[in-house]
Amino acid sequence: MSLRTEAGPYFGEFGGRFVPESLIAALDELSAAYEVARNDPAFAAELTELLTNYVGRPSVITEVPRFAEHAGGARIILKREDLNHTGSHKVNNVLGQAILTKRIGKTRVIAETGAGQHGVATATAAALFGLECVIYMGEVDTERQALNVARMRLLGAEVIPVTAGSRTLKDAINEALRDWVTNVEHTNYIFGTVAGPHPFPAMVRDFQKIIGEEAREQVLALTGRLPDAVAACVGGGSNAMGIFHAFLDDQDVALYGFEAGGEGAGTPRTAATITVGRPGVLHGARSYLLQDEDGQTVESHSISAGLDYPGVGPEHSWLASIHRAQYRPVTDDAAMQALRLLSRTEGIIPAIESAHALAGALDLGRELGPDATILVNLSGRGDKDMETAARYFDLIDEGARQS
Amino acid sequence: MTATSATASTIRARVDAGSGALVGYLPVGFPSLGGSIDAAVALVENGVDILELGLPYSDPVMDGPVIQAATQRALADGFRLRDGFTAVQAIAQQVSAPILIMTYWNPVVQFGVDRFADELAAAGGAGLITPDLIPDEASTWLDASERVGLDRVFLAAPSSTDARLRRSVEASRGFVYAVSTMGITGARADVDQAARGLVGRLREQGADSTCVGIGISTAAQVAEVLEYADGAIVGSAIVKALGDGGVEAAGELAAELATGKQLARSA
Ligand SMILES: Cc1ncc(COP(=O)(O)O)c(C=O)c1O
Repeated sequence: MSLRTEAGPYFGEFGGRFVPESLIAALDELSAAYEVARNDPAFAAELTELLTNYVGRPSVITEVPRFAEHAGGARIILKREDLNHTGSHKVNNVLGQAILTKRIGKTRVIAETGAGQHGVATATAAALFGLECVIYMGEVDTERQALNVARMRLLGAEVIPVTAGSRTLKDAINEALRDWVTNVEHTNYIFGTVAGPHPFPAMVRDFQKIIGEEAREQVLALTGRLPDAVAACVGGGSNAMGIFHAFLDDQDVALYGFEAGGEGAGTPRTAATITVGRPGVLHGARSYLLQDEDGQTVESHSISAGLDYPGVGPEHSWLASIHRAQYRPVTDDAAMQALRLLSRTEGIIPAIESAHALAGALDLGRELGPDATILVNLSGRGDKDMETAARYFDLIDEGARQS
Repeated sequence: MTATSATASTIRARVDAGSGALVGYLPVGFPSLGGSIDAAVALVENGVDILELGLPYSDPVMDGPVIQAATQRALADGFRLRDGFTAVQAIAQQVSAPILIMTYWNPVVQFGVDRFADELAAAGGAGLITPDLIPDEASTWLDASERVGLDRVFLAAPSSTDARLRRSVEASRGFVYAVSTMGITGARADVDQAARGLVGRLREQGADSTCVGIGISTAAQVAEVLEYADGAIVGSAIVKALGDGGVEAAGELAAELATGKQLARSA
């Protein structure tokens, strides 16, 4: 049976719509509009035109042999979502949802953001479509991703720092949901990942699955066969679902999701949701989550703002439960070392999020041996992370003020 | 919806007496576990007919700033789920008003839906108000509440279709919680006109017990809501009074709000 036809609301025992009744009408409206759009050639044409001439799709694949020397000699091929306009995979999904926003006649969009990449993509689409735009971002993240805050503001969006709870992505989602409940009549919520209530997990995956569709063809053309493994980082899980989806029915292709281990999956300072969490309900869906005995969400930790989330999309929980994909933790330090290694061996500075997938691929290559080919989703570029990297590797000259 | 619940009979008695019910919300553990118990008792002694006890939760998407601040503080002070049952039991020993627990869904799931129902019933609780659980996702809770005989209060929103309103009415027992306005909890200057329309639509779908919540903070608003609804729910205003002036202030506000019931009767 194909694993590629899941349309929600449930993926096995995961998913659903655990939201206040006040949001159901909006979710129903979105589901209906998406159902129509999905089958409308005009929608596909409009999205394809933007993806081609605005985003720059298809994104290329790049083989990285000097990096691969550190991975036991396995072939490593990167899918270059970092080259997309706005610098990450997030724009693929945002443009789809922005066109939908227009179709349902709403004039204001809101979004949550962690690393700021989804916020930047949403602010970009809002500028392009002439929509009012408000972005919710945890205060901790506005500090560690200050460059992206400036980008969003330059694009005309209002950025609201969220000071509740852990002041990171999960709290930004809470605040965006509160805004949506209040302003739902004219506001659409452009959700950034494959989590949340139905229809978001299936819809966001559909907008991201182009990554895997392109990459599958590109790898076949380059190597004459399918990769042995596909690797991606997992925050909410959108870039991972995006690259996994085309391969779900290729049983010989192993799928690996790399979660943010933080200071270690065995420590409290982690964001490795599937590795150490258990099923529960958060942000509208039943899925794995980091929680205490009472079901209170536990604060996550990752050096990467985009992966610093105690939940994960329900389709990943399902893929984990049926053992179609494996999920492994990667520590902050392993990710940072991989970030530096790719920069030095290949001249590509990845986002810290994506560096988790690179670090995972280094180990995977050693396990699978030199005959293996590993496709890695390079979900974004590292420009936004320069301050964190500079501090981590002590790259700013002592005494010289260079900011 | 059956009328066998204590909550429904309390509301019915108030309506028959010519006014309607006053429902008061408080989070457990704020300003302390004992403080919340004393405050709940004070509310009932000052004219609140039904208690809605909120269980503090890490991600309360339906709550505005006042309730968020109170529940975050309760969590920081070490609130545990068990404290909810402790509070229900302690309050039930002192006053006879029905006590509903308002809780987000995940804590119930983690505790175990059946186990939660059993312990709530054993503590003397009347049932649950579930702000992020729609009837569509509630089968385990429908079964458990049926088995134990607990009330289950689902929400209805101005944006809900008639079919969905009917679903809420059919699934609810005790009352249906009509969300007065599109939005989260917090005091508002005007209780939305949308509430009046919503209550009317709920009646058409068979509701015989409807309480309006969100945005109600004054006796005048209580009176206004009771003109067309069976109960008025006050939350943020009580929590604010409790935070600012302690149990005494919460009791005074309750007494003041309860005058709204007299106003409604004379209207
Ligand atoms: C470059 C990049 N990769 C990955 C992620 C994580 O999101 P997801 O797991 O939905 O792909 C983010 C989120 O901000 C990101 O910016």
